Amino acid sequence: MATVVLLACTGLGLGALYFLIASGLSLIFGLMDVLNLAHGALLSVGAYATWWGAAQAGLNYWLALAFGTAFGTVAAVVLELVLIRPLYTRPRDQILATVGVGLAVPALLMGIWGGDARPFPQPESLAGTVHIAGAAVPVNRFVLIGAAALVLVALRLFLARTRYGLIVRAGVEDRAMVTALGVDVRKAFTLVFAIGGAAAALGGGLAALYFGSVNPGQGANLLIFAFVVVVMGGMGSVAGAAAAAVAVGLVQQFANYYTADGLGDLAVVALLAVLVLARPRELTGRLA
Amino acid sequence: MTSEALLSARGLRVVIDGLHILHGVDLDVAPTGVTALLGRNGAGKTTTVKAVMGLVPRTGDIRFAGRDVGRLPTHAVVRQGIGYAPEDRGVFAGLTVAENLRLAERDADPAYPFVYELFPELRSRGRQLAGTLSGGQQQMLAIGRTLLNANRLIVADEPTKGLAPKIVAEVADVLARVAERVPVLLVEQNLALVRRVAGTCTVLADGRTAHQGDAAELLADEEAARRLLGVGGGHPVAASSIATAAPAVAAASAATATATATKEAP
Repeated sequence: MATVVLLACTGLGLGALYFLIASGLSLIFGLMDVLNLAHGALLSVGAYATWWGAAQAGLNYWLALAFGTAFGTVAAVVLELVLIRPLYTRPRDQILATVGVGLAVPALLMGIWGGDARPFPQPESLAGTVHIAGAAVPVNRFVLIGAAALVLVALRLFLARTRYGLIVRAGVEDRAMVTALGVDVRKAFTLVFAIGGAAAALGGGLAALYFGSVNPGQGANLLIFAFVVVVMGGMGSVAGAAAAAVAVGLVQQFANYYTADGLGDLAVVALLAVLVLARPRELTGRLA
Repeated sequence: MTSEALLSARGLRVVIDGLHILHGVDLDVAPTGVTALLGRNGAGKTTTVKAVMGLVPRTGDIRFAGRDVGRLPTHAVVRQGIGYAPEDRGVFAGLTVAENLRLAERDADPAYPFVYELFPELRSRGRQLAGTLSGGQQQMLAIGRTLLNANRLIVADEPTKGLAPKIVAEVADVLARVAERVPVLLVEQNLALVRRVAGTCTVLADGRTAHQGDAAELLADEEAARRLLGVGGGHPVAASSIATAAPAVAAASAATATATATKEAP
């Protein structure tokens, strides 16, 4: 029982991380048809900025996390304005550009701070464990889950209650028609990129806490699973991404523990394949 | 045609994926009433409208209310004061009726009273998802969206397409009422409807302008109507027969019968 609880909490924590990356990825793809392969780089930017704040600048964890998230948000906006926007009419070049950023940022981080993992200072307040049904679950799991839940609620409110949320929901369905109502959809693009970048950078700062270290390849590794989550949850669907993130995190943890290590990662891809084959039409362009 | 046209396009060309869709369309929209854009299937009517709206890459001159709009992006064209109801209605299925309308708001004081007076159902069904509306209701929503703002031109692309005869007559009534307030550019296959509401018309053939002139005159000229539109112009019909006339006028001429049979042959 204790093992199951621990695995479940760890799986949910991992799922929370996947959700933070996938939600932005999904909205960006749903609205803009941009496959942002630089999204992992935004996570890495957030992770390193949080690490820099906590380990180099001596901020407490929450301030460092806020700094990392803000830094990642700015990076996402700059990325959209400088690189993505001029290439809207050239989707193929756009993909190449995001791939380039996805490769260049880890290389830059490696160049500055080296290729080895940098230990992340664990804050005292989050170092303990919580006992649930006999299992000692590290507190940081709940920080991840709580943060992801907050982001989920905030995103749902944004989509349901605000003018820009309305534009995003409509744009996921039919972007051309949104412009034909006189809406300058490019502003929504920048905003969605900012939101996606913020969520990914927040994920980076939380990943640093979860893994206890930062390394240049972290973002790219997590991005693969985030893509699985996006496809499973439906492009453009925040609720779908949340459900899929939980499923992927849990399947991965349990399969890795009860079968062979590494098989869980494979199981996630198998799960994706089964879902795609079972309901191929559900997987694109729906928003909840 | 007239020098004071509200919207005029000259030498409009559209190339999509290397295919030349429009080879030089000239279009004038009269400053009052309904201007019909006619032509056989595939003549380029919808593409012309999309080119005006900036929804497809286009070249040529487009002037709207004296301003060059040929290089403006779609949202900027619309903000010049054009309301657009596209061919497929462009209703957002996953949004409610009220949200569809809210998204279309541009003016500080949107004309909800007028829209709800024309289409009371849009108010009573405000919380319903637009995707669950009937085709006719979706068309009302699409037209309603264009009337929320103080537009200077309404562009309606085949608003009666696929609708039941009774609904077609309702749409015709609405168009006639709307045209009293604001000029309309109407793409339409239903010639009885065109005869009822349109003043002037432009006829396209193979991506070019084949004819511009008075709509009633063209439809009264059997020979010209057959040559340009592939149907007999028929005789003037009462408004009530609009309903049964889609897509072509119910002129029981051999030409019409043949055209219909050819079209529906597998």
